[in-house]
Amino acid sequence: MYSRTYKAAVAIPPLAWVTGFLLVPYALLFAYSFWQVEAQQVVHHWNLGNYRELFHNPMYLEVLFRSMKIAGAVTALALLLGYPLAYYLSFCSRKKELLYQLVIVPLWVSYLVRAYAWKTILGSDGVLNTLLQYVHVVHHPVESLLYSPFAVVLTLTHIYTPFAFLPIYASLEHIPRRLVEASEDLGATPARTFARVILPLSLPGVLAGATFAFVLSLGDFLAPLLLGGPSGIMISNVVVSLFGAAYNWPLGAAISLSMLVLVVVLLSIVQRAERKLSFG
Amino acid sequence: MVLPATQSVAADPTRSSGSTDAAAPLLEIRSVTKRFGATPVLSSISLDVAEGEFLTILGASGSGKTTLLRLVAGFEEPDAGEIRMAGQRLDGLPPYRRRVNTVFQHYALFPHLSVFENVAYGLRVQNVRRTEIPQRVTAALAMVKMSEYASRAPAQLSGGQQQRVALARALVNRPQLVLLDEPLSALDAGLRREMQVELKSLQREVGIAFLFVTHDQDEAMALSDRIALLRWGHLEQVATPREIYQRPATAYTAQFIGQTNLLRAEIRQGMARAGTLAWRCASSDGRATFSLRPESIHLGAPVGEKVAALGDDTTRFTARIRRQVFGGATDLVELACADGLTLLARIPSRGNLEGAWEFEFSGADGVRVQDEE
Repeated sequence: MYSRTYKAAVAIPPLAWVTGFLLVPYALLFAYSFWQVEAQQVVHHWNLGNYRELFHNPMYLEVLFRSMKIAGAVTALALLLGYPLAYYLSFCSRKKELLYQLVIVPLWVSYLVRAYAWKTILGSDGVLNTLLQYVHVVHHPVESLLYSPFAVVLTLTHIYTPFAFLPIYASLEHIPRRLVEASEDLGATPARTFARVILPLSLPGVLAGATFAFVLSLGDFLAPLLLGGPSGIMISNVVVSLFGAAYNWPLGAAISLSMLVLVVVLLSIVQRAERKLSFG
Repeated sequence: MVLPATQSVAADPTRSSGSTDAAAPLLEIRSVTKRFGATPVLSSISLDVAEGEFLTILGASGSGKTTLLRLVAGFEEPDAGEIRMAGQRLDGLPPYRRRVNTVFQHYALFPHLSVFENVAYGLRVQNVRRTEIPQRVTAALAMVKMSEYASRAPAQLSGGQQQRVALARALVNRPQLVLLDEPLSALDAGLRREMQVELKSLQREVGIAFLFVTHDQDEAMALSDRIALLRWGHLEQVATPREIYQRPATAYTAQFIGQTNLLRAEIRQGMARAGTLAWRCASSDGRATFSLRPESIHLGAPVGEKVAALGDDTTRFTARIRRQVFGGATDLVELACADGLTLLARIPSRGNLEGAWEFEFSGADGVRVQDEE
């Protein structure tokens, strides 16, 4: 067996890391969320005011609601794009490796570059508008393409679809092909085989992919910042401004913690569902 | 242990058990050839399966036996030749349109469905009336003695139990033919023997033809009505177990099925000679290979003792005992003859033998076989 000193030596660095960079900041965040700002000063006066503000001010709830709608739309689109792609790669393609790399490679490109690319495409003198005018579909640039929830959904879908794709692909690859053969052998057409065998067995992957897409886009602040405009603001942008220009750390902390609780609850539900859906 | 009377497959006179005299065979495989890329896997295979027959495709790994099964199931298509079932063309149809069900090597039960739903699967996807499904599934599970496990998940079952469920899942659809791909190979020896007995009696009972694939010659002998021995994509011999053992057509068959001694002999004027051994043989002159089973060689007396007069056909020879393997009722003995020939003999166990002994065999037990040499 390993000696005590060895165990301690192995355990201490990660523990120190988690404590210093996770537990302490969260504790601070927790404390801040119960304090308040008076005359541009954070005063350590414990109260629930920030949470009351969060749940009573319609502006915050509206942004939170919009963030969830955007994240929901991104999740739906990412699944709609990611599932067929994963299915095609896993069951139909002869060039699996190549296609798989093609899906993965965009992940190596900086997030910022990809977001800016959409700005170039969707802007009023961007690629899309130029094309639309060139083919005379429109005569004036469509202004609503950029700086809208639409642009945010589009960009986030582009960025997070690989995250939905990967777990789905992994779960499809894990389905023993002899189960598909068994299904067809028993008289099921390919469509029925998909509905009764492939889809149910890939649900854990779908759930994991959906969780990735939803949680990552719910907390995103760059895409709405760059492409969202006033109508595309998401909850993280609010938090950023509360910690920055608005200088209301306590309220920012309260919103952050509420988001954290929301996500943790969501994750635990998903985890339970996933356990229920996966078999030996 | 029968299917529900109203739907009993065995009750159908056209499918009565063991009817090998039917005019047309159930399954006809005609000159089927299959290549994977440039590699030929099956070369012009022709094989019939009769109604209610238990036919085993026996072969070493790489012989193409599983490929042949997959061609019948529809998971592969032949490059040439045709497959017919009950007179209708089978090749070209997708697996889900063939009235054939497979028991897979590793069972391939659906992990997300209960035992009951696994068995019901075929009925559900083929739109069998909903009211009919429970009774058919229940009957099929009873047939394989798995009634108590209907609500279990496959992961909660032992290998043998999963095997039974896989069997029920195939039989519940009342296919014309069941394909079994080494279904017992994953079970341990004791359970395998037990399942062999059950499988055979079950097949008799339902009267459905079984096309069974195995690499285990003992299993093939114990179960089959006929054995088709496959070697490198060629059919070596198709015959009943008794015939294939007693009258092997080729040297390969003789060696693959049981143990044998191959005697490469020269025939001249009604006598075959291999080294110092000589026996009567009616064949015309020339070289020939004979298979002589170890149990056809009998122990005579220690060298030097007088022995009773021999029959006309008996060949006697002297050999030293090189090795002796105790096998319970019989021992397998390795004999070194004077001219360097090594023979295997199976003799009743009678303690350790040493030195030189007389042995004898009847020339009639030497079966002439085809040999590549």
